[in-house]
Amino acid sequence: MSKAVGIIGVGITKFGEFWEKNYRDLITEAGLKAMKDAGIEGKDVDELYVGSMTPGMFINQEHVAALVADYAGLTGIPATRVEAACASGGLALRQAYLNIRSGLSDIVVVGGVEKMTDVSVSTATVALAGAADEEWEVFHGATFPALYALMAQRHMIEYGTKEEHMAMVAVKNHKNGALNPNAQYQFEITIDKVMKSAPIAPPIKLLDCSPISDGAAVLVLASQEKIKELRKDNAVWILGSGQASDTLALHDRKSLCKTESAVKASRTAYSMAGVTPEDIDFAEVHDCFTIAEIMAIEALGFCNLGEGGKMTESGETELDGRKPVNTSGGLKSKGHPVGATGIAQAIEATLQLRGQADRRQVADAKIGLTHNVGGSGATCAVHVYGRELK
Amino acid sequence: MSEGIALHWRLIPERYNLIGSACKTCGTKFFPSRDLCPDCRRKGRIESYTFSGEGEVFAFTVVHAPPPGLEYMKPYIAAIIRLAEGPLITAQIVDCKPEEVKVGGKVRMVFRKIVAEGPEGIIKYGYKFRLVK
Repeated sequence: MSKAVGIIGVGITKFGEFWEKNYRDLITEAGLKAMKDAGIEGKDVDELYVGSMTPGMFINQEHVAALVADYAGLTGIPATRVEAACASGGLALRQAYLNIRSGLSDIVVVGGVEKMTDVSVSTATVALAGAADEEWEVFHGATFPALYALMAQRHMIEYGTKEEHMAMVAVKNHKNGALNPNAQYQFEITIDKVMKSAPIAPPIKLLDCSPISDGAAVLVLASQEKIKELRKDNAVWILGSGQASDTLALHDRKSLCKTESAVKASRTAYSMAGVTPEDIDFAEVHDCFTIAEIMAIEALGFCNLGEGGKMTESGETELDGRKPVNTSGGLKSKGHPVGATGIAQAIEATLQLRGQADRRQVADAKIGLTHNVGGSGATCAVHVYGRELK
Repeated sequence: MSEGIALHWRLIPERYNLIGSACKTCGTKFFPSRDLCPDCRRKGRIESYTFSGEGEVFAFTVVHAPPPGLEYMKPYIAAIIRLAEGPLITAQIVDCKPEEVKVGGKVRMVFRKIVAEGPEGIIKYGYKFRLVK
């Protein structure tokens, strides 16, 4: 690797509903924590990226990259917003990574932020629906839970996946989230409680859905040379970065229950990192709905297509299983401030690889992965991280 | 749901009459219409194509939490329909109970109101589907 890139600082806010905090408060709070963690000053930062899905609809504010740079006291440096619906954070991370790989910068700060609870739930639903095809899906009444319900129904028909399998994802992620002090929902739930929760779009029920959240997350990335100069012994290396796209509308896909963008993005990331799915010690995947985690572990190659439900049932994806998935609690329990999600996933990977994940720590974690999806799968970003530079 | 009048007017051929497009080079049919065939690209020859409105249910769900404007339909059936000519499209299934809908069941297009934008706003019409009994 000509110019390796590592993570030298992380900062995250608690995720939840924060009436007393606004957009700029959240990202500044996460940013200051990340800068402190990295042990650098504002003058050291060469460039800034911000992943944010739709601040225009949530807080009536666009042009947020300059705003974030302004309130972070970094006015003057190039500041760029990246948008790809719920994958905005993952794509911002990739842009920051590419910036350093290109040799242009030595230190890049990349954040993700969303302030979703200033508007009503119905306005938030409309804003999020912008990730689907407005003219040919949303207009005809397809909501996001409905789109994932259609995927779930096909998964059940084609592979025999059961509603209980999906419920098991929610139960596991809440169990992990209960150990995460930054999670929105720090409590456990039962399969029975999920199964009896209100129908949203069957087979998807209320407790199969990730929540609406406020929150921000920030990473400080640095080049290999800079990491050596700063003597950052706990740097976590980005070993591979993959990104892929698919049709915007779910109905235009060859299969409703195989996420091609995740297959492609992960294969690119694996190949760049020189690893296989077997080498991954833990993963943070995009469980916006429980069926999404089942489809994610299949697309990432952790099990065969159609076996995601069974793999979940076997306990392999539990915190103490063979392949822990969503140790942070995932989007389901940790919360899903959309633009922040991709960055928050990278933070969990960093904490695991530093051995700082506290009660969620995966024993001897060496290689981790994050999987961040936009919409129903039209965008996917996958990153592979290592404790050591391979 | 707050798209403008001009946008809806532009889409009237598709929304009212299922007029999409087809690539004469490879025979693939598109709904909604596409001006570029993703397979043939510059070698493709695109022409207008009217779908029959016949199809079958590929997947469906019941929406209990509708977006603003569609509360009047709650709960409604949202589905992906496989048109007889090939393409899959998203649409509502109406005039039946959810228990009557089966994956693989035959459906036919009907012309219906989709959404009314407030008491004085425009009413937007388009396709929905009914079970063929």
